[in-house]
Amino acid sequence: MFFRQVAGIISKEFTQDFRQKSFIAGVLLYVIATVYICYLSFRTILHPPTWNALLWIILVFAGINAVSRSFMGESKNRQLYYYYLCKPHVFLSGKLIYSALLMLFLGMLTYFFYGIFINNLVQDKLMFFLILCLGSIGFAAILTMVSAIASRTGGSFGIMAILSFPLLIPLLLLIIRLSKNAVDGLDRSLSLPYIGVTSLLIMIIVTLSLVLFPYLWRE
Amino acid sequence: MKIKWWKALCIALLLYTIIAGLLIKVPALPILHETIRNLYFHVTMWFAMIFILSVSVWNSVRFLSGFEQKYDTVAVESAKAGVFLGILGILTGSLWAKYTWNAWWANDPKLNGAAITLLFYFAYFILRSSLEDENKKARISAIYNIFSYVMLIVFLLVYPRLSDSLHPGNGGNPGFNTYDLDSTMRKVFYPAVIGWCIFSYWLTELGIRLKKAAMITDEL
Repeated sequence: MFFRQVAGIISKEFTQDFRQKSFIAGVLLYVIATVYICYLSFRTILHPPTWNALLWIILVFAGINAVSRSFMGESKNRQLYYYYLCKPHVFLSGKLIYSALLMLFLGMLTYFFYGIFINNLVQDKLMFFLILCLGSIGFAAILTMVSAIASRTGGSFGIMAILSFPLLIPLLLLIIRLSKNAVDGLDRSLSLPYIGVTSLLIMIIVTLSLVLFPYLWRE
Repeated sequence: MKIKWWKALCIALLLYTIIAGLLIKVPALPILHETIRNLYFHVTMWFAMIFILSVSVWNSVRFLSGFEQKYDTVAVESAKAGVFLGILGILTGSLWAKYTWNAWWANDPKLNGAAITLLFYFAYFILRSSLEDENKKARISAIYNIFSYVMLIVFLLVYPRLSDSLHPGNGGNPGFNTYDLDSTMRKVFYPAVIGWCIFSYWLTELGIRLKKAAMITDEL
């Protein structure tokens, strides 16, 4: 029952977003344009820490832009309709999983275009890919909850950014540290504790979201 | 004039901190020298900040469990007191850093942690000011408060372990834990912590009373 409802919400989100061509085209254009601007300003980046930091900064902004729609794109009446249809934790789980999928897609896309236009300095590709997935899921978890909070304030994009930056910083610092290790091709055993900590942090965020969301939902 | 016992205790403890903190003998350590006395102000203010922010979060939790407006007032006023202490902590730390590290600000995990703490609570106040309805404001900001507090605690626990700090007591730097063998510093340090904690609570109480007074004048 739970899984069927969650799957229903995910497929609903999917059709809703992909039916509007403007959304998916907007996300694509945002990523490509940002990477292209960086390409025009940097040409090529040979300094690994800069390369790494720039990629994650692009991804953070693209993520805020894309995931903020998760709740802020919904009208008030429709939210009320969902309220009757399902339980809050089911609704949030669906939203979280969909956001995570969206962020994973966005992460791959950014990485792909970044590699084409600027360059690819990653030495440990498999590890970097894993970290990209981990980071995307973490961003999605934070941004979904912040989007839910921001949607209650009347929903300007500015408030979304203000609320999410402080919350993103801890995760961002961990992820940048981790992916720097992968870019430099350091031994994987060095990264393992950080991966553990990051996964733990994501789990805490998800649990906290599930606990707090019901209070946010009722009007 | 009657004064509540805990307020008298607060005044006594802080007077003791200032007088004893500046006059009592301290261990002579390299680099730190007499600036070690900042321990009684800077470090203890951070302790008090964490204490009062915990009070704030506790009241947010209580608000969510019963939706009583008074808990929200306590939560926001204690957050304000926490931010005030945080700013004092940054100022005392910055002044101290100028004399020991020869820079007002350094890229140090503890400094970043402090800056992010303030960022969290500024975002909290911006969130509050962007909402009109009192009940909605209280509910949504309570959720944000709890969410960010947990993230903050995790961050403050994890982040300093990722890299070494310039702070005394870290990375081979002298700190009072390792050198204060005769415990003279502890005699001032612990009372100072309690004193600043009570001080932060007093600030919160004053804020609550001001808010109540403003509500009464609004009604007139």
